[in-house]
Amino acid sequence: MAEIAYWEAILRAHDEEMTNDPMVIAMGEDIGVAGGTYKATSGLFDKYGAERIVDCPISENSYTGIGIGASMIGMRPIIEIMSINFALLALDTLVNAAAKIRYMSGGRVSCPIVMRTPGGTAHQLAAQHSARLARMFMSTSGLRVVTPRGPLDAYGMLKSAVRSNDPVIIIEHERMYNLKEDIPEEEFFRPLEGAEVVREGEDITLIGYNFSVHLCLEAAKKLEADGVSAEVIDLRSLKPIDRETIRRSVEKTHRALVAEEDEAPVGVGSEIITGIMEDCFFALDSQPVRIHAADVPVPYNHKLEQAAIPDVDDVYQGALKALGKA
Amino acid sequence: MNDSDKKRLLREMIFFRRFEDRCFEAYVERKIGGFLHLYSGQEAVATGVLEMANVGVGEKGDYVITGYRDHVHALKSGAPAKEVMAELYGKETGSSRGRGGSMHIFDPTANFMGGYALVGQPFPLAAGLALGCKHKKTDQIAICFLGDGANNQGTFHETMNMASVWNLPVLFVCENNGYAIGTHIDRSTAQTDQYKRVDTAYNMKSSQHDGMDIEAVMKEAKKAVDYVRNEQKPYFIEFMTYRYRGHSMSDAKGYRTKEEEAEWEKRDPIKILSDRLIKAGTLSKEDIKAMEDEIQNEIENEIIKFAEDSPEPNIADLNKYVLDDNPDPRWVGPLK
Repeated sequence: MAEIAYWEAILRAHDEEMTNDPMVIAMGEDIGVAGGTYKATSGLFDKYGAERIVDCPISENSYTGIGIGASMIGMRPIIEIMSINFALLALDTLVNAAAKIRYMSGGRVSCPIVMRTPGGTAHQLAAQHSARLARMFMSTSGLRVVTPRGPLDAYGMLKSAVRSNDPVIIIEHERMYNLKEDIPEEEFFRPLEGAEVVREGEDITLIGYNFSVHLCLEAAKKLEADGVSAEVIDLRSLKPIDRETIRRSVEKTHRALVAEEDEAPVGVGSEIITGIMEDCFFALDSQPVRIHAADVPVPYNHKLEQAAIPDVDDVYQGALKALGKA
Repeated sequence: MNDSDKKRLLREMIFFRRFEDRCFEAYVERKIGGFLHLYSGQEAVATGVLEMANVGVGEKGDYVITGYRDHVHALKSGAPAKEVMAELYGKETGSSRGRGGSMHIFDPTANFMGGYALVGQPFPLAAGLALGCKHKKTDQIAICFLGDGANNQGTFHETMNMASVWNLPVLFVCENNGYAIGTHIDRSTAQTDQYKRVDTAYNMKSSQHDGMDIEAVMKEAKKAVDYVRNEQKPYFIEFMTYRYRGHSMSDAKGYRTKEEEAEWEKRDPIKILSDRLIKAGTLSKEDIKAMEDEIQNEIENEIIKFAEDSPEPNIADLNKYVLDDNPDPRWVGPLK
């Protein structure tokens, strides 16, 4: 085992997959000569050259489209979008093309692209650099959407995404790139599907994904001090969602909370809670709770920004409410 | 080009015209649904350009991609006409197994990489196909057919820039029929000569030619195809042409005059070539009539019959083809 940061895990996965398969290339803005905004491709330009570490002009929709076109004939492009806000510019090629080509060709053409992009509120980056948008991608048939919570999944899921035959969106988070974790030194893969119970408990199920898993884990520690045993589930994949793992947990704990950094409407929380209602309504002892961002564009001012997004205490208070203790 | 090639190309263009006319009839009979965009009038462009490319040879050939007016490009690339018609009928035997329809013909066995409904979307996809060819160091190229209307999309400008700066082996064929759906080019586009929009702006070689005379199309297309293949650089070639029918079946063509249509029909691509062959004594009017009858028979008794007789997809297969139907559990899971 060796402790590495989230960005180093992504870098290692790129490096190994590019060595393993000459059809793997990386594309994005400033990923090559400049070394990558998040260092996730640093050093690879010197190792693999400009043909495989492709520095792109600021044309998100079309360079995503170029990656998709290349993937249709056997290439395996890893496309980095510098911020998920900019991925909106690529929605046409991503949603109208990559997500639909397999279906509308009757399964004859596939688009095995990987799109990596950080979604989330970092530090006073204001409204146009702070969106989460997971809900926009998870609602699209034909895409996979995964949300690695730490270096283990950041490495293992990127490697799986490269080898999968489907278009995969990997949603990272600007506040996680320096997060460290021990991961095995030998090669391994983490599957794209399946939620994970990351903390076992008996009294309530806290469900998170991406950064909000960490809010849930911290809240679970606070609850433990109150004598409450919280189970924490990392969804890992938002498309498809592993409803079975959620059902099993809620049937055990009888209470559920979903924490998302995104705004609530038509989001992860509404989808998960609907699933709970459909799958295990009669197991519930109280109404499920949603913890989410305020329904506003993310403000610049630090205090306003912090007020707009959920923190550990919000999850903790939400859990108390679900437990009838608030 | 010898006489038998000329006769074959005339037959192909008559076949494509008749194929599209038959689609029109099937649409009126409600055998074909959705949107239907017909290619009649523009046959010399796809037929002539692809005649000069390496198509009809399967997966080793050049890649072809286009918009929603895609039947003829698919056929000339080598997609079986029966399967294209069956696709229009929504049948399981169709090119896209009945999931795509008229606007989304795909045949990867012919390297025909699809028709797309989002105007301008094939630009980057074509550049990506070319990037794949370049990466694999094959001598294949990508050929992208789109209309003049597509050139006002952002993807046009973004892709011309990247294709040029990355030296991608892609031929962009602009079929300038003068209308973006129902808006004349003079009213939508500041620079109406499309080839001028890439030369200095994107440092890309480009040219403009007559798109109604197939022999002229072939002569110019050959130069462009050879340039792309040999120089490993993009080329933008513009052909002036005209679509006889409306943009789609729901278009009453209220935006143009009968006089304009008649003027273009004087230079009909089939008429130009057949007149030339008759004048040269290569074919007689009777030969052409016999050719038309043979085509009519083939379309009716083989192609339409195949489409009519084919089964529809099973509703039980509704969820097939969304994602890889047989994924490797090592990558996809679920997590144990």
